Amino acid sequence: MLELQNIYKTFEDRTVLADISLSVPKGATHALIGSSGSGKTTLLRITLGLIPFDRGYVKVNDQPLLSFSPVEWAARIGYVPQEGGLFPHIMGYHNVSLIAKLRGWEKSKIAERVEELRKLVDLEANVLTRFPHEMSGGQKQRVAIMRAAMMDPSVMLLDEPMAALDPLIRHSLQQELKAIFKRLGKTVLIVTHDLGEAVFLAERITLLHEGRIIQSGTYKELLRQPADPYVTLFINAQRTVPDASEIV
Amino acid sequence: MKKCLVAAVLLAWLLPLDALAANTIVVGSKVFTEGYILGEIAAQSIESASSVPVERKLGMGSTGILFEALTTGAIDLYADYTGTLSEAILKQPDLKSVADIQLALAKINLVISAPLGFDDTYALAVKESFAEKHDLHTISDLARVASDIKAGFSYEFMDRKDGYTRLAERYHLVLAPQKVNRMEHSLSFQAIDDGAVDLIDTYSTDAKIKKSKLRVLQDDRGFFPVYQAVWVARKAFVDAHPREWQALLQLEGTISADAMIDMNSQADIQKWSYARIAARFLGSEAPRSQSLQSNILRRTREHLWLVGMALLFSVLAGIPLGVAAARFHAAGQAILIASAVIQTVPSLALLCFLIPLLGVGTKPALAALCMYSLLPVVLNTFTGVRNVNPQHAENARAFGLTPRQVFFRIVLPLASPTVLAGIKTATIVSIGTATLAALIGAGGYGAPIISGLSLNDVPTILTGAIPAAFMALVAYGVFEILDLLLIPTGLRKRR
Repeated sequence: MLELQNIYKTFEDRTVLADISLSVPKGATHALIGSSGSGKTTLLRITLGLIPFDRGYVKVNDQPLLSFSPVEWAARIGYVPQEGGLFPHIMGYHNVSLIAKLRGWEKSKIAERVEELRKLVDLEANVLTRFPHEMSGGQKQRVAIMRAAMMDPSVMLLDEPMAALDPLIRHSLQQELKAIFKRLGKTVLIVTHDLGEAVFLAERITLLHEGRIIQSGTYKELLRQPADPYVTLFINAQRTVPDASEIV
Repeated sequence: MKKCLVAAVLLAWLLPLDALAANTIVVGSKVFTEGYILGEIAAQSIESASSVPVERKLGMGSTGILFEALTTGAIDLYADYTGTLSEAILKQPDLKSVADIQLALAKINLVISAPLGFDDTYALAVKESFAEKHDLHTISDLARVASDIKAGFSYEFMDRKDGYTRLAERYHLVLAPQKVNRMEHSLSFQAIDDGAVDLIDTYSTDAKIKKSKLRVLQDDRGFFPVYQAVWVARKAFVDAHPREWQALLQLEGTISADAMIDMNSQADIQKWSYARIAARFLGSEAPRSQSLQSNILRRTREHLWLVGMALLFSVLAGIPLGVAAARFHAAGQAILIASAVIQTVPSLALLCFLIPLLGVGTKPALAALCMYSLLPVVLNTFTGVRNVNPQHAENARAFGLTPRQVFFRIVLPLASPTVLAGIKTATIVSIGTATLAALIGAGGYGAPIISGLSLNDVPTILTGAIPAAFMALVAYGVFEILDLLLIPTGLRKRR
């Protein structure tokens, strides 16, 4: 499980995160949502151990981030950057296996694990021999998930997993991602500005605004019992296309 | 593994050059015809008397460079003139006799032979026809026509202590200043042939005196010092190689002025090779002539050595400097500015600065080349590293790569196309610049170019210039292959 407890972060005099707490139980999928400037990217970088924070705890399975070296921490959190973030100079296979190789895994063990993950994300084998610029958006995303899952981390962290995909692919990949998460059985935190993505992929949603948590709950709760007018405002703002009943 | 093997083979081919040097006698020479011939005569005399290999570093430059080379051990011996030794090197113009000069040179561990037989002094010469017309026989006679005579004097004659200024004092000779032209010595014969000038300075054994039908004016007041040719050698060489030195001493008093003028003319006018002229003089077979191929092969080695070492340095120093420049802003600007400033120093000037620090020969040439090849590598590394998307580095850290792994696995490979382009530029520039290294006796393709220029001999120039151009082409090709090997495929296909 992933826990953030009372996280505070200031840049110079500006408070960018105040009293952030959220908890994702083992195997659950949670979405951290907010518009740009809400502090969600800062929280993501804190969770990854990339930048220091002022107060609070980040814990995976009750073990705090600060008790680990960066390398040890990275083994606990599998990260899928925006648009996959694959390294452009190496093939798909080597993107997936890079860390395992650096940790001294044997070739056969690496090959086995890659094959296992490839089946899990349902990727054609020949995609792994391509370079990132030769892959489609959906293929990149799958390879990136394989890379994040390679070392079998407890938690997966995804940054805007659908942002760069066209709407039709988005829709089908959303379904598949959900299935993949289920099969992986990992604790998943998705950071996104897209309510649709959050609602579809995650059981629970945390809405972040100006560095504070406005509300945490299911979509239904946010919709029916908004803790703040901003919640309704945010939800309505994301419904950009009118439905049939609204068209006269 | 394969790369290591290729590197090892290349090194093995290049290395003996310097490894052998310890057991080799190195003969130098000044960069004019007579110097080359005497150098070749010395080399062949030693070769016929002994089995110690002789390396010819002929045409190294002017007096200062030869002397520097001799004192630093870059060469073992060369031919010079008593007047030059006392005036330009010992700076004691009063030393006239060979014995006095010998004594003074002993203090700096140098040894000279007795005179070889001819006197190659400075002289003033006019056209035979001009002399007839004005009835000129001596330098004193010039006073009669001084006001409207046009002179073409070499830079060295104008500048040195026993040159034009003192001569004018001694003879009370007043030439119109606007009619005294400074010109490259080799051009003054052309100028007097064309009638552009009436009076030139020359050497008394110059082959062109006969060819251009000049009259040498008699030095009736004994102004010019005596310039008797002698061998000058390091004491250490004389001690270590008595037999070889003895072979050189046997030439004392054997080269007459006429013989020297003939040999000069064989070189300048008949275009014989120095080796052939020397062999003919020594009455021996022309030595198994250094064939064109073996000559070019040797120059190629020297040139490759210079370029290769400079390149190795520019890579080993330039890449870290470029990375440092990209990482640390203030230091970065300092590094970039410093390497750019070095680039603006003219190469000849840089070589001159380096002589007092590093002497002559390969060392200063290498130092200069290293400095010149630095900027492209530093600048391209800087640009390449700067242009790597910082998101890739941050992602890599998030995946648990150590800073070292982030740099070597991600940043450097992503920057590699730009870095490699910088190394390519540095190589091609070095191949060109390395031809100047011959000016301070480092050999390479520059040697035939310079000796060809001094003789106005285009074929000789081409034996240096064509291989240099060819080497640049080959280097370009090699880098195309290196691009394939070193630049990650994922980056290459995108271009």
